[in-house]
Amino acid sequence: MTDLQGRRAGQPVIAIDTVTKRFGGSVTAVDRVSLEIAPGEFFALLGPSGCGKTTLLRMIAGFESPTDGRILIDGQDMSHVSPNKRPINMVFQSYAVFPHMTVAKNVAYGLKVTGVPQSEIAGRVEEALELVHLGGYGARKPDQLSGGQRQRVALARALVKRPKVLLLDEPLSALDAKLREAMQLELVRLQESVGITFIIVTHDQSEALSMANRIAVMERGSVRQLASPADLYENPANRFVADFIGKVNLFEARVASRDNGSLVLHVQGLGEVRLPQGMGAAEAGRADLALAVRPEKLRLERERPSPERLGFEGQVQQVAYYGETSSVFLTDQAGHSIAVSIQNEGRSTQPMVTVGERVWCSWAPEDTLLLAD
Amino acid sequence: MESWRRNPLVFAAIALPPAFWLVLFFLVPLGIVWLYSFGENIDLVTIETTWTLENYRRAGEPEIFTLFVRSLWLAGVATLVCLVVGFPIALVITTSSPKWKSWLLLLIILPFWTNLLIRTYALLNILGSRGRINEALGWLWEMGDGFLTIIGLGQLNLLGERFTPLTLLGNNFGVIFGLVYVALPFTVLPLYAALERMDRSYIEASLDLGAGQLRTFFSVIIPLASSGIVSAIIITFIPTLGSFLTPDLLGRGQVDMIANVIERQFKSANDWPFGAALSFILLYATFFALAARSLLAGRRGREDAEAF
Repeated sequence: MTDLQGRRAGQPVIAIDTVTKRFGGSVTAVDRVSLEIAPGEFFALLGPSGCGKTTLLRMIAGFESPTDGRILIDGQDMSHVSPNKRPINMVFQSYAVFPHMTVAKNVAYGLKVTGVPQSEIAGRVEEALELVHLGGYGARKPDQLSGGQRQRVALARALVKRPKVLLLDEPLSALDAKLREAMQLELVRLQESVGITFIIVTHDQSEALSMANRIAVMERGSVRQLASPADLYENPANRFVADFIGKVNLFEARVASRDNGSLVLHVQGLGEVRLPQGMGAAEAGRADLALAVRPEKLRLERERPSPERLGFEGQVQQVAYYGETSSVFLTDQAGHSIAVSIQNEGRSTQPMVTVGERVWCSWAPEDTLLLAD
Repeated sequence: MESWRRNPLVFAAIALPPAFWLVLFFLVPLGIVWLYSFGENIDLVTIETTWTLENYRRAGEPEIFTLFVRSLWLAGVATLVCLVVGFPIALVITTSSPKWKSWLLLLIILPFWTNLLIRTYALLNILGSRGRINEALGWLWEMGDGFLTIIGLGQLNLLGERFTPLTLLGNNFGVIFGLVYVALPFTVLPLYAALERMDRSYIEASLDLGAGQLRTFFSVIIPLASSGIVSAIIITFIPTLGSFLTPDLLGRGQVDMIANVIERQFKSANDWPFGAALSFILLYATFFALAARSLLAGRRGREDAEAF
């Protein structure tokens, strides 16, 4: 983080300055977004479909122009720069590997059209193919490759141009689960070895969390939170982010009183809860709050937990077994469902709790999140 | 389809009427003409099939052979013009907004709603020596001449003694113009279909990699639209090659194509066997072009299959 902050002091490689994009006058796809991306960052734009992340990426690439605001690359205003003149390259969701050219011709295309000397091209193409582990595949046609290999061609084709920024539009969505996981690690390795800024668009939170240094979570055209993966997960700024990144249990709460150093809340299903102040920026001045806990921070016990832990007694409704973890769904006194994630540590094939059983569910007060909106 | 095959009665009930129609009104007449092509005129109204090859031999005579070559040349040039004009049109339609797209497509299809004869007479009105184009040119000449007189250069006759209308009919230009006019929608529609199917991200990828618009057009759009281009060529070339009305009216009897000669054999020359032979040579030429295309397509398909 310090390393990144150190670099951030310099000029950002991409500066998005209050950019708005409206389609057809009525649909606002991107709404006054401002972002700065530092050189060498692995940056993710994360959000559900229709949140404007792809439109933002396409504006950086130059395929859409902002209705309002500016995009600067390396300090230069890109407003009147066409896509083929921008120092960035893109890996398309469909890969867009030209089917009528061999792999080598595909990779060479971007060099050829910009007048790189013929003598230099062959070497750079081979180097780029080696980088994505496709050495020796140059003579093949795209229809002789698997989806994963085609994607590597698209990567090589973009990286061979040595762009300042590489844009990746949902690069892993067309791959199967195993390959996707391998490719996540591969992309991180690539980014570290070439040192180019990567901006990835994804709707898959695990993809963003595992790969990016920083993530902008978007919803309906706006950035809802901009933070590191761990920060997003442990300190979400609002309900949307808390719910979108990982799973979360929410309890509606009302502030009963504030006194020296602690906050007394009336929580639905839990009763009176006393929390130390400073649990989150959200608490200040608001009467209605949400109290949130991640499922893996919860503990299940048959005995009443120690008084310093927060908790309630509930009834087991359902147990879902996933292999390394299980999810237990409880109902609390207010009747709403709470998910608890437990690690299956031992080699037991018996479920830890049975449906219908009454158990105590508890967590440490410092694991509580307070969310305003 | 599958269920029809499993239920032969239903299949027969649906397939029989069109099959009957095709046999009675297409295959049988075609067979009769085929027999004529091996026949001889006994008297004015009787043709006897003697299995002579004389009619086919006559088709190889220089006069007729030249006509075939000219027909191929005219149809070829017209097809080329159609492609050069039609491709940008198709590209514009593909890239326009959905609202505009349907209007533009309507504009392309609109000529089909008017009879060919009427459209051709309209062309006569436009291209004739006293037609609209010459009228406009004549007006421009008057204006230019008047202007020269005003500035004192009237005596030099810089624009000629008097306006001479351009000859736009009765020559290759008129016929090719007419052929292009008739065939253009047939060219645009398959091109439009091919471009519409094309994944837009190929074009964006090309731009993204630094290629300009022109480079993208020649290196990406045209190769990816190649199957549509081949379809457009065939669907334009074949009917154009057999054109009758356009060379008849716009050629003014000066620019005959093969169909005009065939017509004459069946009418004024009253030589049906020779006309039949010429018809079949045209038909074989068409078959040959189609067979060559499917062979090519087949080989490409096999190569792709072998690659795996």
